[in-house]
Amino acid sequence: MIRFTNVSKRYPGGFEALTNISFHMEKGAMAFLTGHSGAGKSTLLKLIALIERCTRGQIFLDGENVSDIHRRRIPYIRRKIGFIFQDHHLLYDRTVYDNVALPLVIAGYRHQDIGRRVRAALDKLGLLSKERMYPITLSGGEQQRVGIARAVVNKPMLLLADEPTGNLDPDLSREIMQLFGLFNEVGVSVLIATHDVELIHSMDYPVLALDHGRLAATAEDYA
Amino acid sequence: MGKRRNQRVARSRLQDWLPRLQHPRIYLQRHAQVALDSLGRMYRNPLPSLMTAAVIGIALALPSSLYLLLDNLHRMSGSWDGQASLSVFLKEKVPAAQRDALAGRIRAWEEVASLQVITPEQALDEFSTHSGFSTALEALDENPLPAVLVVVPQTAHTGPAAAEALQKKIKLLPEVELAQLDLAWVQRLNAMIEIARRGILLISALLALAVLLVIGNTIRLEIQNRHDEIVVTKLIGATNPFVRRPFLYSGLWYGLLGALLAWLLVSAGFWLLAEPVAALAGLYQSDFTLQTLPLVTLGVLLACGTLLGLLGSWLAVGRHLSAIEPS
Ligand SMILES: Nc1ncnc2c1ncn2[C@@H]1O[C@H](COP(=O)(O)OP(=O)(O)O)[C@@H](O)[C@H]1O
Ligand SMILES: [Mg+2]
Repeated sequence: MIRFTNVSKRYPGGFEALTNISFHMEKGAMAFLTGHSGAGKSTLLKLIALIERCTRGQIFLDGENVSDIHRRRIPYIRRKIGFIFQDHHLLYDRTVYDNVALPLVIAGYRHQDIGRRVRAALDKLGLLSKERMYPITLSGGEQQRVGIARAVVNKPMLLLADEPTGNLDPDLSREIMQLFGLFNEVGVSVLIATHDVELIHSMDYPVLALDHGRLAATAEDYA
Repeated sequence: MGKRRNQRVARSRLQDWLPRLQHPRIYLQRHAQVALDSLGRMYRNPLPSLMTAAVIGIALALPSSLYLLLDNLHRMSGSWDGQASLSVFLKEKVPAAQRDALAGRIRAWEEVASLQVITPEQALDEFSTHSGFSTALEALDENPLPAVLVVVPQTAHTGPAAAEALQKKIKLLPEVELAQLDLAWVQRLNAMIEIARRGILLISALLALAVLLVIGNTIRLEIQNRHDEIVVTKLIGATNPFVRRPFLYSGLWYGLLGALLAWLLVSAGFWLLAEPVAALAGLYQSDFTLQTLPLVTLGVLLACGTLLGLLGSWLAVGRHLSAIEPS
């Protein structure tokens, strides 16, 4: 699903956030990405979603080399990925329903299909009763779940989550991680960046550990 | 290798586009929805939207009304063009019999197409009904007005040189006090109209630029206000055309609304002018009426407004939208 070969990322300022990263994550796998703050976790996820472009090496997504892909094709690649952001990135002037519907509207789904899919996603995340509410009136955990609903509504083949439990208490964190497990069970590949070591150890998934932009352990080490 | 890659890219691009080709109705539906959304956004902020539209409306109304005035002037001078005529004022002491004989002689000239005699009595009659000086005129014991012969030259003699030759010939007649060529000031008026037309063209260009700037600035602010939304939609796979669309429709609506306002302004202005102009035309014995914007011109105005709106927002979007990328 994801293959990095000798990928490096140097930011415009000259700082090298990732150095010579190589790893492979199988289709349908689920893995954690860990490391101290500033280790390069967010950078790595952004490279996959083409929010940042790598400065060296090659990145393959679902067999397609995306490291030198044309700017115009990026949106279409992003539609295959569900990205869950630490700070939600919800639209606060739109209802929960409209937020979750956005990826489908962007992808040009039919009106009727949008309604059906949005309700299914909201139902799965226990948000059906909140569809007419605005995100600002929801709790942090609920907002995070709206973000997840939006990420999965388009049935992406890959889910990327950047510190999805960053602001949540342990019980809620566990609940959200279990949700990711459920998506993984139906065939979605999942990569979760987190520095919550306790949570990682309590769950049985391979771990990619970053240390100052270098890969300290690969998924195989934990397999 | 490069060729294989190109083929693959072409194929994947086709796959990206396929849904749009397969479902044109959805595509159009989405356009309609975005257009309505943009309109709704303006409706929810009525005051700033109206102010922008009003500025555009005034900027469009100015050249439109100038153009319209000019058009009317041109029509007016045009209606005199064909019958360029000489007004021949006779000396006061010329008796009626001599006057009619003179009229008969001139009428027989080959340069003259027709001749109309206005007796002093007729002139006085007309003057008192149209000028409002009737009571003052009644106070005079004697008619101060001379007899006038209105001479219309043959078409071959309406050119400036020929008409002037005719004027000279008539001036030499002993009974004639003054021969006035009406053509001269029609020509002068036409020359002035031509200058004014260029001036208006220049003003129109400047005001079109102003409309572009107003719309561009409005859209720039709108883009700024929706910065976060743009970032989020791009993050979840929105293409640039998708992000661009609502702003383009906003610009289009502003232009259209501005053009409609301009039309209202021009119509109101001309409605206010219509009555005095009709009175003035009456003074000149003309059935001239002020013509307001004909439908074709209204269409042109609306199209211009819409196009300017679209262009203004296109420029703003091109400048400001590509700078917004998620990071
Ligand atoms: N846009 C950027 N420009 C320059 N440096 C950056 C940028 N984004 C991140 N960095 C730097 O790259 C390093 C890795 O950042 P990040 O990937 O966010 O780490 P993590 O998510 O593991 O905390 C940090 O030292 C950070 O300061
Ligand atoms: Mg981070």
